Amino acid sequence: MAKFADSVADRAAASLLKRGRWRPAEILFWLVAFGAVYALPGHHLILNEIAIIGLFAVSLDLILGFAGIASLGHAAFFGVGAYAAGLLAIHVTADPVLGLVFATLLMAVVGYVSSFLVLRGADLTRLMVTLGVALVFGEIANKNGWLTGGADGLQGIFMAPVFGVFEFDLFGRTAFAYSLVVTFLLFVVARRIVASPFGLSLLAIRDNPLRARAIGIPVNARLSAIYAIAAAYAGAAGALLAQSAQFVSIDVLAFHRSADVLLMLVIGGTGYLYGGIVGAIVFKVLQEVISDWTPQYWTFWVGALLVVLVLVGRDRVGARVSQLWARLGRGTR
Amino acid sequence: MFRRTLLRTAVAAAGIVLAASGASAQETFKVGLILPMTGPFASTGKQIAAAANLYVQQKGAVVAGKRIEIVLKDDTGVADVTRRIAQDLIVNDKVSVIAGFGLTPLALATAPLATQAKTPMVVMSAATSIITERSPFIVRTAQTVPQIVTPFAEWTLKQGIKRMATLVSDYGPGHDVEKFYSDTFRAGGGTIENLRVPLANPDFAPFLQRIADMKPEAVLVFVPSGVGSQFIKQFVERGMDKSGIRLIATGDVTDDDILNPMGDVALGLVTAHHYSAAHDSPENKAFVAAFRAANGGMRPNFMAVSGYDGMHAIYEGLKKSNGQGGEALVNAMKGLSWMSPRGPVSIDAETRDIVQNVYIRRVARVDGELYNIEFETIPNVKDPAKGK
Repeated sequence: MAKFADSVADRAAASLLKRGRWRPAEILFWLVAFGAVYALPGHHLILNEIAIIGLFAVSLDLILGFAGIASLGHAAFFGVGAYAAGLLAIHVTADPVLGLVFATLLMAVVGYVSSFLVLRGADLTRLMVTLGVALVFGEIANKNGWLTGGADGLQGIFMAPVFGVFEFDLFGRTAFAYSLVVTFLLFVVARRIVASPFGLSLLAIRDNPLRARAIGIPVNARLSAIYAIAAAYAGAAGALLAQSAQFVSIDVLAFHRSADVLLMLVIGGTGYLYGGIVGAIVFKVLQEVISDWTPQYWTFWVGALLVVLVLVGRDRVGARVSQLWARLGRGTR
Repeated sequence: MFRRTLLRTAVAAAGIVLAASGASAQETFKVGLILPMTGPFASTGKQIAAAANLYVQQKGAVVAGKRIEIVLKDDTGVADVTRRIAQDLIVNDKVSVIAGFGLTPLALATAPLATQAKTPMVVMSAATSIITERSPFIVRTAQTVPQIVTPFAEWTLKQGIKRMATLVSDYGPGHDVEKFYSDTFRAGGGTIENLRVPLANPDFAPFLQRIADMKPEAVLVFVPSGVGSQFIKQFVERGMDKSGIRLIATGDVTDDDILNPMGDVALGLVTAHHYSAAHDSPENKAFVAAFRAANGGMRPNFMAVSGYDGMHAIYEGLKKSNGQGGEALVNAMKGLSWMSPRGPVSIDAETRDIVQNVYIRRVARVDGELYNIEFETIPNVKDPAKGK
């Protein structure tokens, strides 16, 4: 009997460990991403934006996909992080790495404090509270023009070279490499977090908060912690945007930022971290391609695609693609 | 497998050869037109893009030995996207001029880039005065807020009005209108009270009550075009037009794009602006007719004429610089003067901002449609916020 229990525990442990292992497809994904620094010189600007938005989406996935906290105001952390990095660059130091660390840590604190507001209610309340927090931050930035530049945006940011070596160039190469490295490092950390016992306890909370509490998981403390982490990630993404654009406009806090990132997560799928990045790639590339083709009506096509995705189901689209892939593989051999 | 790879390589090679030969066949001069084509400011983009295309269509695509090509991009009205697109256009599409810029923050975000890349930047809509000071490569063919409201305040004083109220939307351009109008009005010996309404979904009732209590001789309104008609309707419904308070506004409120659907409540409204589709000149008649014919009957507004004049400045600049871009083109555009559909205009050689007439107009019905009919002209107004 004891032996049987042991083997179950072993198997459980093995399967949990397996979750944390790097799969070949993942390694390939990041190799391709880093390869783009050399291979796609003409597209660094859009790639930089994708890397930043992807990191932002990963941050939302941490709370939505792993802890079940739906948020309509995640741009609050993105935007304040951007302002924090921008203001630090103007008034204190132009070093990008310091600015990034500052914005990230500051947003962790802001996230932790605001988590107590968010955790008070159930889903619908949370949607409204997060939305409200973002709107409040937006209005604060709008009204305090002496600090933020108000509706005209924060001007006059000048960034020093990264590590004193890599200057931000007009082609966006340094910006992309910098954003990609930061996104990758933070992604690895996020991956580690969700595969850890802490991450597993979040999944338990997401699936059944009552039961999680019954088996002794400190639900609110865990949710506060992941909320603070997600806020820090969003702040880092905001800082990257402020540093690579060398400009912060008031709409970093706008509702459409929060809505867009949620949309990307819906496109890419929640709860496996890559969803955000995949969604960001699909959304941005589609926007770029379709809006080149029809600058006036591209939103219609993105909307139509989303409807198809929801009607058909992403899983089925994925299955069809992998089927096709398999058939192609047979065909060429 | 091998055959397929070979085929792909061949196609790719053919593509590269084609692209290369296309580029060398005739020297193209690309104009990157960055506008909000979707979102709340889509009408700005629509008007400017239509007018810029009309200009190229009318004058031909070849000027000073170069083939002009417009590359239109949608920035959705978001500043960092505008900047990224501008950078992308300069670096990858090798555009020689960036143009458009629907809103002030969009232009401000891009200004450092114009300096860095030494690329001329033609601002066709954004109206905050400081924009042209942010880069020596910026030329503006739109208007500035003080350029309109400062002469308007002087005109109001001349009508013998001494007690005014202003009502503006609570955002950047609204604050500018309030500041420049009030400063001039006070300097001329008038008294003025300022009210601000929220930008989104404003309820005008309490503000109208405040105005009724203040009993000024006139009230100046500046709100975004959409809510402008709501305001006027409520003003008339409350009978305030008959209580001796005159309503005046900047031309944005009676924008040609939205004036006609506003209906009879707008009749008689006095506004100041630099362009009306009813401007009485042969140049304008031809422009309006061509614009309507090319765009399914759409009426051009002040955005459209800025886009049209922006292209004209680029064309004339290229002729003067013998097809050279960069700094030579900016220098060539300085001091240009021409007869625009809006009247005589010129580019100030020092500030690179437009100098133009400001007209006082009254809304009237002409041939069954509402128009701003000009009845007084304040000639050659320079941006008063500069060069003091």
